[in-house]
Amino acid sequence: MATAVQQPSDAPMILLEKVNKWYGDFHVLTDIDLSVKRGERIVICGPSGSGKSTMIRCINRLEEHQAGRIVVDGVELTNDVRKVDAVRRDVGMVFQHFNLFPHLTVLQNLTLAPIWVRKTPKAEAEATAMKYLERVRIPEQANKFPGQLSGGQQQRVAIARALCINPKVMLFDEPTSALDPEMVAEVLDVMIKLAEESNVTMLCVTHEMGFARSVADRVIFMDRGQIVEQNTPEEFFSHPQNERTKLFLSQILAH
Amino acid sequence: MTDSTISAIMPKPITGPLIWLRANLFANPFNILMTVLVVWFLAMSLPALLDWVLLDAVFQANNVRECRAAGSGACWAFIGEKHRLILFGLYPYDEQWRPMLVVLLLIAMVGVSCLRRFWTKWLAPMWVATLMIVGVLMWGGVLGLTYVENARWGGLPLTMILAFVAIAVAFPLGVLLALGRRSNLPAIRAICTIYIELVRGVPAVSLLFMASVMLPLLLPEGMSIDKLLRAQIALIVYASAYLAEVVRGGLQSLSKGQYEAADALGLTYWQKQRLIILPQALRITIPPLVNTLITVFKDTSLVVIIGLYDLMNAAKASFVDPAWRGSSIEAYVFVSLIYFAFCFFMSKYSQSIEKRLAKSQNR
Ligand SMILES: Nc1ncnc2c1ncn2[C@@H]1O[C@H](COP(=O)(O)OP(=O)(O)OP(=O)(O)O)[C@@H](O)[C@H]1O
Ligand SMILES: [Mg+2]
Repeated sequence: MATAVQQPSDAPMILLEKVNKWYGDFHVLTDIDLSVKRGERIVICGPSGSGKSTMIRCINRLEEHQAGRIVVDGVELTNDVRKVDAVRRDVGMVFQHFNLFPHLTVLQNLTLAPIWVRKTPKAEAEATAMKYLERVRIPEQANKFPGQLSGGQQQRVAIARALCINPKVMLFDEPTSALDPEMVAEVLDVMIKLAEESNVTMLCVTHEMGFARSVADRVIFMDRGQIVEQNTPEEFFSHPQNERTKLFLSQILAH
Repeated sequence: MTDSTISAIMPKPITGPLIWLRANLFANPFNILMTVLVVWFLAMSLPALLDWVLLDAVFQANNVRECRAAGSGACWAFIGEKHRLILFGLYPYDEQWRPMLVVLLLIAMVGVSCLRRFWTKWLAPMWVATLMIVGVLMWGGVLGLTYVENARWGGLPLTMILAFVAIAVAFPLGVLLALGRRSNLPAIRAICTIYIELVRGVPAVSLLFMASVMLPLLLPEGMSIDKLLRAQIALIVYASAYLAEVVRGGLQSLSKGQYEAADALGLTYWQKQRLIILPQALRITIPPLVNTLITVFKDTSLVVIIGLYDLMNAAKASFVDPAWRGSSIEAYVFVSLIYFAFCFFMSKYSQSIEKRLAKSQNR
């Protein structure tokens, strides 16, 4: 299998080299270079349409890049389906709109991938699922359908679902921006706790600057398909270098 | 809060026959006009209908002349005389308990399949076994049953076999065609699209005609397939194209997020379709799906054009007898009631599934 080779622990978890992507004529990612260490927490921000979602979706190949290299835990993403599957087995994703499966109960949502992808026995998968539901503090909702939960609860289920495959990398695409304001905190709390208690590598697209300050090792600012600036949260917020970064920060902090 | 304050806030809904009448039948001038027209129409037609069906109908007679002399209503004596021809066609008279058993068996299996607690892995094998028993009963030639060639099959069992086999084969085929039409592989997409569009662009009658006339020409020398099988293939081809389009509608209504979530979890293409996409797409499409199934059931009657004695054609054959000439209305009413019973059941059953699904998902 493609993951058989154990990677040295100082090798980057995720490596993007000169990644380019176009939608037709539109150049959505331009020469993206990014190296993410094992266990590193990265927050990605930038104006709407700057290519943040596209970049992290390339990492589990929901989108294909057209030039450059993307390597996840030693496996380079190509058209080879086995490599794509190998990467997806190690990468969990949380979407802006939750994307829970409405016809399955919460528990079934959580056990689906362990049972079908990892071939875990059902009882074991359910025990693991309950453990993660407790971690996101909604074990009592296990047998409800997603449509019966609040937005914040649904997003916590989605986080638990991604964790159930025991991923090495978690991708978050604006996990709180579809939520009512009073539910944002409960989801961020879960994510902060996850960062504290596990060593999973996290890439999170978000404009929650409080979250970035408390969790991120590095903040990345993207604009027009490029990584314009990156720095530790303290430096990034207090001494932004680039004009576009300054403009962006002044806009979101003005809110 | 006390009871009296509650009733002060929440007035009892005002009901009663007079109020109901006012709200539903005499709410405004247009409403009143419609009510009067409908009542007038019913008053004109109902008594006449009742006379024809019951009061003036004749239940005992030896031929159509006696019937007409005895009363001006329906000649149900004709049905009494000919119902076995209509129900079982030209199947040997003494063996007609076999197709009767087939009909009962199929109805029982449909009943079983509709109950949720039988939705287990045994349902499919049970159907296979049922169809094998149906084959044995209809053809015979084993277990001491005399052989009956399928050219002599007819009536209700033939209609049911044609419809059930067509639906059973066309449904999975239609699902595959619908998936194929949305495939990323251009060759598969093209084949499925062409198939669906070609079949949908042609009347069912001409498909049947082509199957009966052209299929034999396409087959290699010396090989022949019988008329029943040709009709069955034509019905499958026709039904699968329509079902494919219905299913495709359901697939399109799912959000991209469902596909992405399934992909991100690492499900394979077939796992994704089977576990995530199809269960949702088929639920949404229950009403048009059942509509198509009802159409297919009724369209089996088109096999008359290639000379099979299905229920409808057997009914036609029944009033050719000179002794009963002119009893076509009774024959058509009789078979229409049978078709209606089946289709009404399908419709009601689909409504009950929809309700239950709506409840379970609370959406
Ligand atoms: N499937 C697509 N086809 C064509 N253009 C697309 C497609 N998906 C995204 N784009 C375009 O690519 C650009 C980057 O999109 P992307 O979703 O990555 O931005 P984003 O930084 O995540 O923005 P937001 O903050 O609004 O989510 C946008 O201009 C968008 O219109
Ligand atoms: Mg985005």
